[in-house]
Amino acid sequence: MDKNIYLQPLWKANPITVLVLGICSALAVTVKLEAACVMAISVTLVTGCSSLLVSCLRNTIPNRIRIIVQLVVAALFVILVEQVLKAYVYEVSKQLSVFVGLIITNCIIMGRIEAFALGNKPFPSFVDGIANGAGYGMILIALAFFRELLGSGSIFGFKVIPQSFYDAGYMNNGLCILPPMALILVGCFVWIHRSMNKDLQEK
Amino acid sequence: MDTNKNSYTIIYTAVMVIVVAAVLAFVSSSLKGKQTQNAEVDTKSKILGAVALTQGMETASNKSAFVEQQYEKYVTEDIAVNAEGQVIEGVKGFSVDLKTQNDLMKAGNTADLQLPVFVCTMDNGSKVYILSCYGAGLWGPIWGWIALESDMDTVHGTLFAHKGETPGLGAEIATEWFSAQFNGKKIFEGDEFTSVRVIKGGAAPDDIHGVDAITGGTMTSRALDSTIETWLKAYMPYIESIKNLN
Repeated sequence: MDKNIYLQPLWKANPITVLVLGICSALAVTVKLEAACVMAISVTLVTGCSSLLVSCLRNTIPNRIRIIVQLVVAALFVILVEQVLKAYVYEVSKQLSVFVGLIITNCIIMGRIEAFALGNKPFPSFVDGIANGAGYGMILIALAFFRELLGSGSIFGFKVIPQSFYDAGYMNNGLCILPPMALILVGCFVWIHRSMNKDLQEK
Repeated sequence: MDTNKNSYTIIYTAVMVIVVAAVLAFVSSSLKGKQTQNAEVDTKSKILGAVALTQGMETASNKSAFVEQQYEKYVTEDIAVNAEGQVIEGVKGFSVDLKTQNDLMKAGNTADLQLPVFVCTMDNGSKVYILSCYGAGLWGPIWGWIALESDMDTVHGTLFAHKGETPGLGAEIATEWFSAQFNGKKIFEGDEFTSVRVIKGGAAPDDIHGVDAITGGTMTSRALDSTIETWLKAYMPYIESIKNLN
């Protein structure tokens, strides 16, 4: 198998920093690391499984209704994930609220199914889906790390900034828990990423 | 096989929909019990939170069992009252949908109103009456529980929640420091109902009917102020009837 299938989405074709897909949820669910991790895992599972299933069905899908079939497959996995979260990690599912349901509208899933899974064998499609989900999740977790650290002074809910800092006048940055800060951080990530990859820069 | 034939497409769609529907129906019905239980435990922990009985919940190894046990132990009555303050037979306060009641109130239809009341018997034997409230915040609904001591005047504790108020600003109504301000406040001045006001710019230190609003969260503070007032007014006949018992 071509190793680019799993390396590209993680780095040079990262869904968030290069393709700029899935930005909406990246802004919304990255206030806390726990929620961001659950979201990252959920999206990875959904992209992987739906790519796998569509790839298995690819020779039977009537061409005229292929988008509908892809939507149904993606929706199936999204609803499954949502139900399981509600049953087993209720607190986190409350924090993620509508964004789990909205995974269905995440362009990464439909994009990968249409561009890759429809024309490739099941196993490479599955790897491609997982890698794209992971590329997305990686950025999500990095965003959440900075936002939770600077915005709430904690990591995974544990206080890491000592009380003595607060006594000395340090304050949590309120801007970090608002969506605009996520956009600014994504901008910084894109900047760093591009300066490390000269071939991503436009002439 | 020609996958572009009409008949093939129609059969394909039909089979796909039936299979997917069956899978989802099966998963949904098998997880339903657990999901409802989670939602119930969540509400119970909020109700207990209003009377500060949730200490040790975070460290408990089985959170839901802890909540159920505390709820079972302290919440001795779970009733619903109508707009005249009479207990409605056969209706549990826990199963009352607050949004529906709020809509009824707004429409002025007080005849069908069901207002939940949770009576807690504390460790020292005193009774605390937990009343509910629900209203529109800035971005979405806000709701909460207000616990009154048996004199039906002094606030024992409160707990507020919201769907999506601004983090760091309006969302502060759900924090402990905010709700702790209500403790010990009075909702009556003599015999006159005053409610507990959420005052922009801060309540005077000796104000027994007011708490500080949230800086930068004025809209949410105002919404909460009117929500509390509206709901306590709706409960008034019941509050009076308990007051007269004492």
